[in-house]
Amino acid sequence: MNTHKPDLEKTSIFANLTKNGNLATIEEITARTATLKGPTTLTDMPAPENTHISVRNLNLHIQKNHILKNINLDIPDKKLTCIIGPSGCGKTTLLKTFNRLLDPSVDIKIDGKVLVDGENIHDKSIEVTHIRKKMGLLSQRPCPLPMSIFDNIAYGPRMHGSRNKKILIQKVELYLKAAGLWDEVKDRLNSPASSLSIGQQQRLCLARGLAVEPEIILGDEATSALDPISSKHIEDLFLQLKKDYTIVLVTHTLRQARRIADYVVFMYLGEIVESGQVEEFFSNPKQQLTKDYLAGSFS
Amino acid sequence: MKGRLLEEKIVKMLMRATTLIIISSLFFIFIAIVRRGLPARTWDMITKIPGGGFYIGKEGGILNAIVGSFMIVLGSTALGLLIAIPIVIFINLYLPKKSLLSDFTRLSFDVLFGIPSIVYGAFGFTIMVFLGMKTSLLGGTLAVTFLITPILVRSMDEVARMVPRELYDATFSLGATRLETVKVVLRQIAPGITTAILLSVGRAIGDAASVLFTAGYTDSIPTSLGQPAATLPLAIFFQLSSPIQEVQNRAYSAAFILTMIVLILSLAARYYSRKLSKHKI
Repeated sequence: MNTHKPDLEKTSIFANLTKNGNLATIEEITARTATLKGPTTLTDMPAPENTHISVRNLNLHIQKNHILKNINLDIPDKKLTCIIGPSGCGKTTLLKTFNRLLDPSVDIKIDGKVLVDGENIHDKSIEVTHIRKKMGLLSQRPCPLPMSIFDNIAYGPRMHGSRNKKILIQKVELYLKAAGLWDEVKDRLNSPASSLSIGQQQRLCLARGLAVEPEIILGDEATSALDPISSKHIEDLFLQLKKDYTIVLVTHTLRQARRIADYVVFMYLGEIVESGQVEEFFSNPKQQLTKDYLAGSFS
Repeated sequence: MKGRLLEEKIVKMLMRATTLIIISSLFFIFIAIVRRGLPARTWDMITKIPGGGFYIGKEGGILNAIVGSFMIVLGSTALGLLIAIPIVIFINLYLPKKSLLSDFTRLSFDVLFGIPSIVYGAFGFTIMVFLGMKTSLLGGTLAVTFLITPILVRSMDEVARMVPRELYDATFSLGATRLETVKVVLRQIAPGITTAILLSVGRAIGDAASVLFTAGYTDSIPTSLGQPAATLPLAIFFQLSSPIQEVQNRAYSAAFILTMIVLILSLAARYYSRKLSKHKI
């Protein structure tokens, strides 16, 4: 779980903030943050009819820390959107609010709306399992369930009511194929999932998520723990899957965003600085802060 | 440099020495009970209940105590798990990470863990007197349940705390409810549950003080919860306090049986624990 400690985080950002190789002064940082005032420019985000997830005036506090500050965002349907930004900027927190892994509690306060297919996910009449079933989550490190490969994939469908053995076998094959894992595991479906390599485990987790038949795939730095080959494998899968799914990835490798994203959202200290189509974002950033980030003056 | 290497050597030697002392003391205990129990080790010991004059060296065995011990251990472990698993699940999955209630629960069980078994026996006895019960299988089972619940809770809790946060997130994001997540978590901690059971069974089967006032002692095998039940530790205790050599030998023989039971249970638990670890992530 992300516990945000703004004081520590600020200092670490201070340490990282460099301009021309020198430490940025506090004045420079305040100047940067000052550019954030005023409405966020949603340059060429999609027209409302093509949005799948809409975030409106979202504010999130964990204890007394303001983690997400007035987020407004439209995530396009059946496109790949990358959320980028330095560590601790709230990317993962934002992602976790989408499927309500961060739910309002004593410590967590959420205002504003997150609409998925027009439904406000925090609406009292909406069951949290219904929201989560719509979204598959890939975490940073793959986490297979403590059961066999077959049962890992069949877990979701079984839980959501399909008990027919034949259908389950079909589904397991279908989704393992979709995640490009079938050929590697078809002869050992009953082996424990933990016996797979970490790259295979991540594809297993993807297949497990797909088996619940979601509409959206959320990825939280889903390739950062993987070796380059497995990482490439997952990226290629995302590119295939975006035909049928809305994909939102949190990443802090800019190059990955550039390679695979259709849309890019740049966050900094809990705010969205800039968002837009990938070519436009990388070739013609509007905000000074974005330019600095892309130039690598802080990370 | 030399000083540091010497330090390394000394510490290593100390570690070897302590390990050796522990293993050899276990070995010597075993030798003692095997040797002294040898003359009394007959099939009668484990197939017969005490006959007339058993305690002055005549015919019979301690089947009553073996059966009584098994009944009490089985009953109290089952009851203990029924109490302990919900507590562990509650403090780990339903309460927030830092919660006053979970801290307090853990502290309480740490204290209960350290309470000597005679206190549980006396406590159980007081309640039984209050309820007008006599020493019985039920009373003994309940007292032993009190004794082992803290062991079960604390050892399972330690394992449950190690469950990676990502596992919860993974099942939740598949649309699982909390209870469905609990089932997955139970699979993950199954080897830990086996170890917890082993620890508590070991304690339960060997404890004399908690059953002294509560289960009582009898020469027959209990046929209902209301009848008193004999137990192995008490069988050892009563025979050992006899002045007759032959009866004392029987005590060692009974100790041998008890040790063998614990050994077999440990091996079985290890086997199952390994089997259950197969899917652990």
